[in-house]
Amino acid sequence: MTVETTQPPQAQLQVSGRRSRNPTLNWVIFGVLLLGALSMSAPFIWMISSSLKAPTEIFKYPPALLPAEAQWQNYTRIFSLIPFGRLMLNSLFVSLAVTALQLLVCSMAAYAFARLHFRGRELLFLLYLSALMIPSQVTLIPNFILVRQLGWIDTYAALILPFAFSSFGTFLLRQAFLTIPRELEEAARIDGASYAQVFWRIMLPLARPALGALGIFTFIAQWNNFLWPLITTTRPEMQTLTVGLAGLRGQYNTDWALLMTGSVLAILPIFVVFAVGNKSFIQGITAGGFGGR
Amino acid sequence: MSGRMAREETRSAWLFLAPSLLLFMVFVLLPVLAAFGISFSSWDLFTAPHWAGLDNYRQLLFEDKLFHKVMRNTFFYVIWTVPVQMILAFFVALLLNRGVWGQNALRVIYFLPVVSSTVAVALIWSWIFNSNFGVLNALLSAVGVQDLPGWLNSSKYALPALIIVAIWQGLGYSMVLFLAGLQGIPREAYEAGEIDGAVGWKKHRFITLPLLSPTTFFVAIVSLIGSFQVFDLAFVMTQGGPANATNTIVYYVYQNAFQFYRMGYASAAAMILFAIILAFTLVQYRLQHRWVHYD
Repeated sequence: MTVETTQPPQAQLQVSGRRSRNPTLNWVIFGVLLLGALSMSAPFIWMISSSLKAPTEIFKYPPALLPAEAQWQNYTRIFSLIPFGRLMLNSLFVSLAVTALQLLVCSMAAYAFARLHFRGRELLFLLYLSALMIPSQVTLIPNFILVRQLGWIDTYAALILPFAFSSFGTFLLRQAFLTIPRELEEAARIDGASYAQVFWRIMLPLARPALGALGIFTFIAQWNNFLWPLITTTRPEMQTLTVGLAGLRGQYNTDWALLMTGSVLAILPIFVVFAVGNKSFIQGITAGGFGGR
Repeated sequence: MSGRMAREETRSAWLFLAPSLLLFMVFVLLPVLAAFGISFSSWDLFTAPHWAGLDNYRQLLFEDKLFHKVMRNTFFYVIWTVPVQMILAFFVALLLNRGVWGQNALRVIYFLPVVSSTVAVALIWSWIFNSNFGVLNALLSAVGVQDLPGWLNSSKYALPALIIVAIWQGLGYSMVLFLAGLQGIPREAYEAGEIDGAVGWKKHRFITLPLLSPTTFFVAIVSLIGSFQVFDLAFVMTQGGPANATNTIVYYVYQNAFQFYRMGYASAAAMILFAIILAFTLVQYRLQHRWVHYD
């Protein structure tokens, strides 16, 4: 069996398409798209508006679009009611650590697969790729048992290490390394550079776009990760933002303003990361297929 | 190349591979084998596991009425989410590919739900769907709907509510893939088509759709595989309820493993999910070339 990942043609999302010469049609299309964009953003707008409402106002029916008076203290209240700052720091630390480790581990493996010859290379690469087919729920239970056996429940090790490697990342970076001209490394090798130096000084800098795409990809996926932190953390101060938020739902069942405040704070950092790197992120998606969901 | 250099290369290669190999063995390869083994056992984590043979599978496939409901729920969810999302995403991509004003900003807006945490998204929509104070029912009653649905509290409407959220959240992902596919269609194909009289909708029927078929197939399989794994939405919005109306395969795996401590049973259910996903993945690998129309 040959394992390949289907690759739709590389996106160049800035290229403009075929603009119709009919101005009325263009306005209709623009209107339809705007209506669609409104329904995509309306839930977020509603979230922000609700996060600024007073507990009594939130249950006003029919609901008002804007709060009578913006309750900015909701944003300080959430930090005093639950260890929200700690949850955010946990999410940030875990996401950054996973991203850094995955970039390092995957790029090292990708370099070996792209450039170095050794017996069993094709077979091992095929083995790595087959892991793309395994849904994470299959390894969930054994990994939980392993982590529990190691005494890692409620530790950063449990939250970070299982995600420090990914087949997807290895594959993505190998493809990027394959496009780098061989002559560059050969010249460096003749000058006496070691493989490690070639990797660090030539391959990594030249593969920066792919590393960036994988980095943003991994960060967002980790920040939003839920099921694994849900089962491997029990103490509130070791939980991540997603787990803490989901827990709020049951605890403060009626405090919807607080839930919306938490949601704003969970989504905002991702919007910033995405706004900064959306081009390379989208290239990562269209190049590699399987998203982080 | 001299033998010494080849040996150095081999040694370097294994050094570069070592970290990934270790992590791969510990967190992927061994767990997959273990999951397979555990699925043939009866194990509550606290006492020693004992061999159960095919019992778990027999029970799941032939006796467990709840699992059958869970499977029906999951298939219902997949069968609605995937096509509706694909059709909407296709049209949005088509319109966004025409060079309208502000299209880059529009693309980003359509994509924002994709990068948003499903937990936060599920909370927002729980509030929108709230049957007493939610904005959705307020809007519905404003346009004259008499029989307002109870959404998440109703075993009839809870699963459709989840489907609505899933379509909303994933639309941008399919749209981006379609856009990439559309931009791979050469301009000449349309120019040739126009000479043959392909204008308006015919242009898309006879040029865009056939040339986009590899992308369409890819989007379909990737969305199918993703949809079968729905969990976060069901966990946050409904806890699988009411009356298991939104209990899905992964939620059932979670319940059995981490609430009832039936590790063997949960593993067997996970293996059934694996088999479904593997089947779709293999179909993708086998058929991807046949779906391509290059004429």
